[in-house]
Amino acid sequence: MFNARLAFPADFDGWREAARRALKGQIPPEALSFSVGEEAPGLFAEELLPPDPGAAQPTVPKAFPELARKLICHADPDRFDFAYRLLWRLQREKGLLEIASDQDILRAAEMEKAVRRDSHKMKAFVRFREIEDAEIGRHSVAWFEPFHHTVEYTAPFFARRFAGMVWTILTPERTAHWNGEELTFLPGATRDMAPADDDMEALWLTYYASIFNPARLKVKAMTAEMPKKYWANMPETALIKPLIAGAEAATRRMLETAPTLPTLRDERLKERRAMKATSMPAAPGFAEDAAPQSVAEARERAADCRACPLWEPATQTVFGKGPDDAPVIFVGEQPGDQEDIAGEPFVGPAGKVFDQALAAAGIDRSQAYVTNAVKHFKFEPRGKRRIHAKPNTGEIRICRWWLDQERALIAPKLIVALGATAAQAVLGKSVTIKATRSKLIDLDDRTQLLVTVHPSYILRLPDQAAKDRETQAFQADMALVLETVPELAVG
Amino acid sequence: MPVLDFRQKLAILSDAAKYDASCASSGAAGRNSAKSKGIGSTEGSGICHAYAPDGRCISLLKILLTNFCVYDCVYCINRSSSNVSRARFSVEEVVALTMNFYRRNYIEGLFLSSGIIKSSDYTMEEMVRVARKLRLEENFSGYIHLKTIPDASPALLEEAGLFADRLSVNIEMPTDVTLSALAPEKDARDIRRSMGHLRAKIEEHRGEKRDRTKPRRFSAGGQSTQMIVGADQSSDDDVLTRSENLYGNYRLSRVYYSAFSPIPDSSSRLPLAKPPLMREHRLYQADWLMRFYGFQRAEIVSGGEGGMLDLAVDPKLAWALRNRASFPVDVNRADREMLLRVPGLGTRAVKRILSTRRHRTLRLDDVARLCQSIAKVRPFITALDWSPGGLTDCAGLRESFVPKAKRPASQLELF
Repeated sequence: MFNARLAFPADFDGWREAARRALKGQIPPEALSFSVGEEAPGLFAEELLPPDPGAAQPTVPKAFPELARKLICHADPDRFDFAYRLLWRLQREKGLLEIASDQDILRAAEMEKAVRRDSHKMKAFVRFREIEDAEIGRHSVAWFEPFHHTVEYTAPFFARRFAGMVWTILTPERTAHWNGEELTFLPGATRDMAPADDDMEALWLTYYASIFNPARLKVKAMTAEMPKKYWANMPETALIKPLIAGAEAATRRMLETAPTLPTLRDERLKERRAMKATSMPAAPGFAEDAAPQSVAEARERAADCRACPLWEPATQTVFGKGPDDAPVIFVGEQPGDQEDIAGEPFVGPAGKVFDQALAAAGIDRSQAYVTNAVKHFKFEPRGKRRIHAKPNTGEIRICRWWLDQERALIAPKLIVALGATAAQAVLGKSVTIKATRSKLIDLDDRTQLLVTVHPSYILRLPDQAAKDRETQAFQADMALVLETVPELAVG
Repeated sequence: MPVLDFRQKLAILSDAAKYDASCASSGAAGRNSAKSKGIGSTEGSGICHAYAPDGRCISLLKILLTNFCVYDCVYCINRSSSNVSRARFSVEEVVALTMNFYRRNYIEGLFLSSGIIKSSDYTMEEMVRVARKLRLEENFSGYIHLKTIPDASPALLEEAGLFADRLSVNIEMPTDVTLSALAPEKDARDIRRSMGHLRAKIEEHRGEKRDRTKPRRFSAGGQSTQMIVGADQSSDDDVLTRSENLYGNYRLSRVYYSAFSPIPDSSSRLPLAKPPLMREHRLYQADWLMRFYGFQRAEIVSGGEGGMLDLAVDPKLAWALRNRASFPVDVNRADREMLLRVPGLGTRAVKRILSTRRHRTLRLDDVARLCQSIAKVRPFITALDWSPGGLTDCAGLRESFVPKAKRPASQLELF
């Protein structure tokens, strides 16, 4: 029979060293016991000796040391033996940690959870009280009673959080102290060693009482997360009983009291707002006969457009952007995810392809007016993503009203339709890209139309060769744009 | 007006803040004061420092800078037409209180909101001043959540995001129509644009995976929002449609559902009832199913009366009861996706089942050890020594799951 002596109740390093020696010496769990501090070991126990340096190095799964560290913090007196038994089994059953239904693994999981929870509750429920100390100045001291041996395990958290303070956490078994530089552990303490009060507690209790909503009494939900065993050292818990007792009456009072008349201040506010509202013209909508007099006015009116259902799930109307007298209008299909967020056309991935092609052709985008056939993003929700959905003929037809306003107000020399939807919107009938692409089509005696692909078509092509070919074709179309409207040239 | 002392102001301004459900302190970038020798840390998961008898966690000091407000939102305790007591904190007072509470380990940080005074920009500027002072003057590394004002200037939002761990804008109502009816000064479009703006900023500051030097984080804990449930006639389907839209459009970290709760000096236009807490609970469960269990909204709400979820059983069980043809599921063979659809199996239990069955063929006893309650699971699975036989299709199955005392599960009206 062997015995390993550990320095303190959560002496993980001591346990690990002893376990290593025992394992290398092939000592089975039945033949090993542990004792803490001055506690007497069994009568005939021998001390563990350093192992033979030639003994094979035992291996453990990566997750085991972290698990064992927590097991050693548990209040169970059998924890050291249990952790060694687990280690012993792991030498023979490699996948053991993955068998969640194994009795030992279940027990380990429960113990680990209890320790984690106790440690977490310590982080949450420690309450410091401040005292002025002649030597060290402001000193924060707490009295806390953990249910497992979690002080060493949890104290580094407080050191990281309250690095700029000098603090001490007193517990019955161990004391943790931070002097502003270094964490040390001292023997246990008693409650009377902690300060009896703190000025801030009255305010904390005020906050606790005021943040409580008496109409939502859920006492069980509270005690599940803040078990009564922790209440003794939390000043606010003194309020729980009176708050619960008064909850029903407080709710009843709120419901029974008739609403009062609005305040004078409120009436004055409303008068002021009403005056402001009458002095501002109401925003005219889509349905009005009167055509907008400027692109700016059209943009403002389109922001409130609800002519088709696409407005509802979208963020905003994405109207065209560019000079009012641009010689060219580029028309895309509809805004995408990024455009919907930014409120501007062609800023997403397709916008990048578009920008590259313009740059390659030597076109200055800021000289052109860029817009879409449909001005709200149509999509299908898929968790945290939005999948682009093609606008239907009805939506294109309704939104064409806005495109017509843009065309009429800007009166460009050339309209470039990017993709079939854009071509359909401009021509008022559906056409194929194949039949219309790269040709200058007269729309009226002033404006011509050029149809090409939508840049997202290039993005979607699977293989690089096709991508390169289509990029070139698209750039050639852009070159034709510049040839037709030389004012667009950069510089 | 009588002069209020500090304690009275705290009582008013925390009472005014309690209708905001969020108190989360999670999701922040890991950070501590070890090097700065200041005060504060955030380590990813949040900490609840106390619980009130309403079962809600108290993690952050949740207060309003002021409850004076020029808006008149019917559902809000601080609406301009209400006669509640009004108070206002100075920036310095909020900073001092936050530090004092934090040093005593009462809180994880600050959740600051405010009524709108003077203008949106003025109010936002005051809130940003609090965050700036905490970070730059007090060397504070704890959690800061700021409630942003939708039409405040982008420059202010930008600064807010650099100091705060989380920003949020409340969507308030499930539909734009009810929002404009109950909150005449609020504009749903402004709220959406603001959320879109925040999403763009958060993504821009997140940087690319391959970036060597990451940009400074912007609202690292993401953005969240809150919807009030039960103040209008919207159905659960309306509520979840809105959530689905917000998660997809703006990548929100969380949508909070807040059962409409009677407020002091309530408007006569609102329901006079206890808050629909069970409905709120079911909505959270449905939200979880959409985010972590691979359920589509339509699957969850289909079959419910008038687009409402079943109050008596949880939405996953309700779905399984409606789709019994998909069960029983073989726990030894089914894929993760299908296991997640078994009532009574959570993400943790499924993980443990998948891990264990690589080494052993599972019996019913094994499954019982890995989940909370085998009674709920049993009718929907087969295991090595178990087959539910006719139990899966048994007519009384739903009734066996409805807790006796809970019937009927409708919310009790007080009058």
